[in-house]
Amino acid sequence: MGMITTISTWIIPCFILIVLSLALVKKVPAYELFVEGGKEGVKMAFSLLPFLVGMIVAINILRSSGAMEAFIQFISPALHLIGIPPDIIPLALIRPISGTAALGMTTELIATFGPDSFIGRLASTMQGSTDTTLYVLTVYFGAVGIKKMRYALKVGLLADLIAILSSIIIVKMVFG
Amino acid sequence: MINLIWACMAIIGIVFAMFNGKMEEVNKAIFESAGEAVTLSIGLISILVFWLGIMKIAENAGLLLVLTKLFRPIVVRLFPEIPKDHPAIGYILSNITANLFGLGNAATPIGIKAMEQMKQLSGTDTASRSMITFLALNTSGLTIVPTTVIAIRMQYHSVSPTEIVGTTIMTTCISTLSAIFIDRFYYYKSTWRK
Repeated sequence: MGMITTISTWIIPCFILIVLSLALVKKVPAYELFVEGGKEGVKMAFSLLPFLVGMIVAINILRSSGAMEAFIQFISPALHLIGIPPDIIPLALIRPISGTAALGMTTELIATFGPDSFIGRLASTMQGSTDTTLYVLTVYFGAVGIKKMRYALKVGLLADLIAILSSIIIVKMVFG
Repeated sequence: MINLIWACMAIIGIVFAMFNGKMEEVNKAIFESAGEAVTLSIGLISILVFWLGIMKIAENAGLLLVLTKLFRPIVVRLFPEIPKDHPAIGYILSNITANLFGLGNAATPIGIKAMEQMKQLSGTDTASRSMITFLALNTSGLTIVPTTVIAIRMQYHSVSPTEIVGTTIMTTCISTLSAIFIDRFYYYKSTWRK
């Protein structure tokens, strides 16, 4: 595992090294190209802004009103029957909607139950194995001005459901 | 569908707050989270500028072309609507590579470039088949190194912070494969209707 950590810290600097060396060999104007590409980054961040404001405000209205908590309490007995720990439900529900909220919940669960507990391991796996569907769709479609998403949301959310269920099964199998 | 979900999240929240006596919290959340979203967007500028700058050099130095040739067979099968030598293929490959190594920040700007290329191919404001396949891969979050999670586990003194890498890889493989199958299913379903 030490190797994987080393690889992940080395990969970005090494990638930059390869790109810049290649640029020198091929005699392309590296700095001018960097600035040109960077300008697009500024434009992109500003075009994302309204999408993010809209989504984040709606999620926070839902959370601060207490509606989300009430919903979790309502469905937790049923989930208990099929072996899903109720403590994980808020994370499972928020995972496809908000990355930062999910990361907050994962941290909270790890702090409360301990990183090496069943809930701690499950939360870690759930957080790491899937990306925030709503954020990805909002950012990517928003940045290029796609208004009709068609079946993209259905595909993303169904895959999330499978990811959440399989993370529970896999963590149970691996860690007992 | 996104319009419905978005509006309902806010409507349910506000109506619930009316009966729950949480109007004050909701009011606060609206303005605070709007500010939070702006901060987030501004914070994105640094990463976007740097990575788009580097990727522009990589693109002109011919790095994307090398990647394209290497992985072309797999991606061509996943994206039958994109011509084999189109730059979109190169961006899609860089995005997948960045995601695999847990470089979410690097993956996003490259992914957006891929979307731009795919939009030029389709020329409408409706999502194309290739875009949906591409985002299915992205939302299922294929990754090898869940860096943030490992960092949190270390902070809370886990005996083995990286022990969840195995379960994470297994889960991410299952969810990515499922995403590809579900995407195919809905694509063929949409063609039957016509």
